Amino acid sequence: MAADHDGVLAGDTARAGSERRADERLTVIRPATRWPRLDLRELWHYHELLGIFVWRDLAVRYKQASIGIVWAIFQPLLIAVVYTVIFGRFAKFDSGGVYYGVFVFAGLLPWQYFSSSLSSGAGCLVANANLVTKVYFPRILLPVATIVTPIVDLVLGFVVLLGMMVWFDEWPGGPQVVLAPAFLLLAAVTVLGLVLGLSAINVRYRDVAYAIPVFMQVLPLLSGVPFTLGALPAHWQWILACNPMTTVIAGWRWAVLDTPAPDAGQAALGVAVAIALLAAGLAYFRSSEPRFADNI
Amino acid sequence: MADLAITAEGLAKRYRIGEFQASYGTLRDSLVGAVKRVGRRDHSARHHEEIWALDGVSFSLAEGEVLGLIGGNGAGKSTLLRILTRITAPTRGSAEIRGRVGSLLEVGTGFHPELTGRENVYLNGAILGMKRREISSKLDEITEFAGVQRFMDTPVKRYSSGMYVRLAFSVAAHLEPEILLVDEVLAVGDAEFQRRCLGRMESLGESGRTVIFVSHNMQAVAQLCDRAILLEQGTVVLDGDSGDVVARYLQSGLGSGSNRVWPDDASAPGDDLVRLRWARVVDEHGGLLDAVDVRRPVGVQIAFRVLRAGAPVMPKFKLVDKRGDVAFNALDTSPAWRQASAPGEYVATAWIPGNLLNEGLYSADVAVCSIAAPKLHQHVQERAAVAFHVQDPGEGDSARGTFTGQWRGVLRPLLEWTVERR
Repeated sequence: MAADHDGVLAGDTARAGSERRADERLTVIRPATRWPRLDLRELWHYHELLGIFVWRDLAVRYKQASIGIVWAIFQPLLIAVVYTVIFGRFAKFDSGGVYYGVFVFAGLLPWQYFSSSLSSGAGCLVANANLVTKVYFPRILLPVATIVTPIVDLVLGFVVLLGMMVWFDEWPGGPQVVLAPAFLLLAAVTVLGLVLGLSAINVRYRDVAYAIPVFMQVLPLLSGVPFTLGALPAHWQWILACNPMTTVIAGWRWAVLDTPAPDAGQAALGVAVAIALLAAGLAYFRSSEPRFADNI
Repeated sequence: MADLAITAEGLAKRYRIGEFQASYGTLRDSLVGAVKRVGRRDHSARHHEEIWALDGVSFSLAEGEVLGLIGGNGAGKSTLLRILTRITAPTRGSAEIRGRVGSLLEVGTGFHPELTGRENVYLNGAILGMKRREISSKLDEITEFAGVQRFMDTPVKRYSSGMYVRLAFSVAAHLEPEILLVDEVLAVGDAEFQRRCLGRMESLGESGRTVIFVSHNMQAVAQLCDRAILLEQGTVVLDGDSGDVVARYLQSGLGSGSNRVWPDDASAPGDDLVRLRWARVVDEHGGLLDAVDVRRPVGVQIAFRVLRAGAPVMPKFKLVDKRGDVAFNALDTSPAWRQASAPGEYVATAWIPGNLLNEGLYSADVAVCSIAAPKLHQHVQERAAVAFHVQDPGEGDSARGTFTGQWRGVLRPLLEWTVERR
């Protein structure tokens, strides 16, 4: 058998020799600069690994759960039922003329995406400490993978939403439906910025892991999940609009359910905050990246 | 002249000890620290004690060379490898690497217990830098090399540790980078598997790949590498033919020598009850010993100070061979230690009989512990506190007789044989 392997090796050497000229890569190692730039070519080189990380998270998540992926839609459904009874039936929150159950479930979808990305994303570097300290790859793949994985849940939830829309006879109002993906993209941008920043902070300060559940308790209310923004006084609307998820949820519901459109100025504020978050998160992540392996 | 695969110039890496030890303080500590610094207007908090784990290392490696990296614990071998693999950035200096780099600082990096063997091969392969296509085309080879064909669809959490390690190494062994950086991966698995790993490493070297190989297994370094670099306290002490460098390393007892002293009581290893003072390897006359005649007894001495009256403490050491296998544990169980030990200084000596150990490098982890049945509590344990090299002068009266080839085993006792002709 040993001879066998030697044979294989010899063959591969010949191939490696011819390949070498094609993809000769020169790696230069230097002390970390303060503001390293993102090497997009290298990221592309590693795109398969991103897919593998996403696949791993999905495969592991439901490995020993017998009803598996059903859990992904169970949580938003349960919350939607509770909200519908309490806010819709008793408190009679305004839902912009849409059946309250559909209204709140639609709002919960981007919210759930945001919340599960953030909860798993903030700890992603620490959870993968064994990789970070043992092998090189662009570290940014880990936070990016954690915001890609929950898209699967989002898609499943969307199928359920379509079913509810048919059942309750609620339909998109017009051409604004084409903007629906743009609002989801805004959610992704927001959460990516937060995950980049928080996961890097979490390497040094494990406080992050404790802080996030606290914010997760109050944020659905501050993002306008159970009500329309129009029900609030104007200055409150502006305060809530500082949170990009407010724009995401109001805009997404406007696109798919024809609830009242978000105010353009408030939406612009949300987009600006999201972009600022992404820029700040990326800058902090990149500047602390060279020390991850030392500090983790 | 072959092209250079790696050139390193003045690589240095500084760790701040504070940063290193309390690597995750809380946010509050940092905020309080920052406020204090501003308040006092000095920057004393910045004056962490610093360690240069690597201090100006320069070398170059031609394409196809196989380099061994040796040195004692803390000499900077792993730090150098971590810099070359880009896991961490150097504080100063630079390096250029020409070609696709594969690194192997641990086998099974990223293995997930819930995933099956096959899934883990893809996961681990991708993490080590293989393409999906490449893994698919080698899957059968990898499986066969590991000998786990029947268990590829079983989650690896159900694997025995041997199967797990074999599969993990097998993936790594099928990496085919132009430059391979390897750290101590041979310290795993059983002897037969280690032999196969060494064979694989050897064929990688012969096939013209550039390899840097960190190991405590001096025999393997001498055998596999053309050239070796000896690191000590972060600097290159010796760079040359691997046989010469290994010999010099073993003779000088640089790794952990036969004499280890902790001069400062406050920083000596220990807790509030007991502190280590020194540890030594001695011969029958009390002289220090680096190289031990396989036929003579060896004394391991542990000196410690008991700081206050407390639980009865007893000296202990663990003898580890060069592969990291534990040869044995030894604990002084004499009744003296059943009473509370009075404060003061103690020197314990344990004699390892002659004709018991095999040839090669052994190191002793020394400890002082107390027993609160059923638990053994180690007040202090110092890994590889002392080391010595067992040699056979080959005069024919040891357990190997006049045979001079390889003689395997952690131990090599001289047994009493009786043979009767019937």
